[in-house]
Amino acid sequence: MITLNRLSKVFQAKSGNITAVDDVNLSINKGEIFGIIGYSGAGKSTLIRMLNMLERPSQGQVTVADWNMSKLSGRSLREARQEISMIFQHFNLLWSRTVKENIAFPLEIAGVPKKKRMERVQELIELVGLHGRGEAYPSQLSGGQKQRVGIARALANNPKVLLCDEATSALDPKTTDSILDLLTDINKKLGLTIVLITHEMHVIRKICHRVAVMDDGKVVEQGKVLDVFRHPKQDMTKEFVKQVTEPEETMEAIEGLLEDRDMGPVVKLMFLGEDAEQPVMTELIQTCGVSVNILQGKVSKTRDGSYGTLFVQLQGEKKNLDKALLFLEDHRIEAEVLNHDK
Amino acid sequence: MINNLQEELLPNVNWENMWEATLETAYMSALAVAATFIIGIFLGLILYLTDKGNLWQNKTIHAIAAALVNIFRSIPFIILIILLVPFTTFIVGTMLGPSAALPALVIGAAPFYARMVEIGLREVDKGVIEAAQSMGANQWHIIFKVLLPESMPALISGITVTSIALVSYTAMAGVIGAGGLGDLAFREGYQRSNPDVTFMATVAILIIVFILQWIGDWITYKLDKR
Repeated sequence: MITLNRLSKVFQAKSGNITAVDDVNLSINKGEIFGIIGYSGAGKSTLIRMLNMLERPSQGQVTVADWNMSKLSGRSLREARQEISMIFQHFNLLWSRTVKENIAFPLEIAGVPKKKRMERVQELIELVGLHGRGEAYPSQLSGGQKQRVGIARALANNPKVLLCDEATSALDPKTTDSILDLLTDINKKLGLTIVLITHEMHVIRKICHRVAVMDDGKVVEQGKVLDVFRHPKQDMTKEFVKQVTEPEETMEAIEGLLEDRDMGPVVKLMFLGEDAEQPVMTELIQTCGVSVNILQGKVSKTRDGSYGTLFVQLQGEKKNLDKALLFLEDHRIEAEVLNHDK
Repeated sequence: MINNLQEELLPNVNWENMWEATLETAYMSALAVAATFIIGIFLGLILYLTDKGNLWQNKTIHAIAAALVNIFRSIPFIILIILLVPFTTFIVGTMLGPSAALPALVIGAAPFYARMVEIGLREVDKGVIEAAQSMGANQWHIIFKVLLPESMPALISGITVTSIALVSYTAMAGVIGAGGLGDLAFREGYQRSNPDVTFMATVAILIIVFILQWIGDWITYKLDKR
């Protein structure tokens, strides 16, 4: 559905050229929710804006829904843009228009007759769950409701692709989840391809099928979300994965235990899929003769299965400890003995 | 009793003349405000759109428009009227009467208003313009469906300020024969030493100004849904 071929964007600044996007190749499938994650300044925003030519690439090709975007201009670009909708971090609604009029806006642009427009607006209001708020002005809505208007507006012309530019970054966690649920719902119901950029791994974990990690203008890692969670290759990716799998205080909590080596090794265990739900720990204690001190644990659900991390301290004799580590390996559980300097 | 009071305090006020002058001032102001509104928005749009980073970015046109606006904004109005005498006689056919004041009024006020329009347009959220572009809006959609509606409260409060300036311009135009309250205050009040006439003309102008301000504030309040 979307192919990026050797895409680059260079901004000219007084202090010299800044390469915001550096030779990016990506391909995104039809009906997929594809996430791009990176810290601010990584170039992800520039990247997504090149998908609908809000930003012109300096080099390379963008193909979206059979449109060769970088070649388009004028009328054909406007036509293509009606098939590629976008929602924004700050919603970008027109304050002078009511919810209904905001949703009708892209329909007016597309030249849809008034009667049809009103019908479509009503459909969309129901779809995004804004029943009864049609006559309200954006200033009377909460952040989550504003984003719902943004989404309804983006869907008005039945686009093939929806681009989400940090669409949940201005929302609180609970509202974020409800918006993500709505996006998943739309993706299923309409078979819409969704590309989203974010700096929150939580967003990727919750709704994406595949993810690309960006750093300094480059895509440094990409793959299925569960695979990336399981085997993050780059340090950058590991950091993002930690956002979700480790509660914030984990490292602080086990710091003290690491210093006192006599207490036994601290081990980070990573479970995948069904393993996350099996009573491995009980078995470990029974067969290896070690005692397990559970420090911290978390199970995260991705679209393709769950993924768990558990921090434990193993106590017992040296040979039993080695046996325990082997046991874990046999049970397809990745174990990492944490060292003090880590 | 009221008649007595009036004769004592305002012995020289001819109410019929006063009313006629008020109507002339209202006529000049109303037409000038309408023309200034349209021309000012047009000029303001050009200033804004040709500016750096905007839709019609164009250094030359922007520089020319900005220069014209600055020149006409800087010329004192009383001098502008005199400078425009040949132009006015060409367009209106005479230099006398309220209509003859219109070209000078509009040329004096439109550049002033254009700057306010430009400021108002600059305050429109760039993100909203971008959102419209991402939906496939063309430049006319952006001007008429985004820029103008989203800046309307600023455009209205701007025209309110401008229209009050215009009322005082009409008083100056009166001096060179356009009629109206300024003319009345000058000829009947000042030159014939009737301070009560000057006083009543001032009151009439104040009433017009207050009404304009009130209408402007009310429309701005009604439009602003932010």
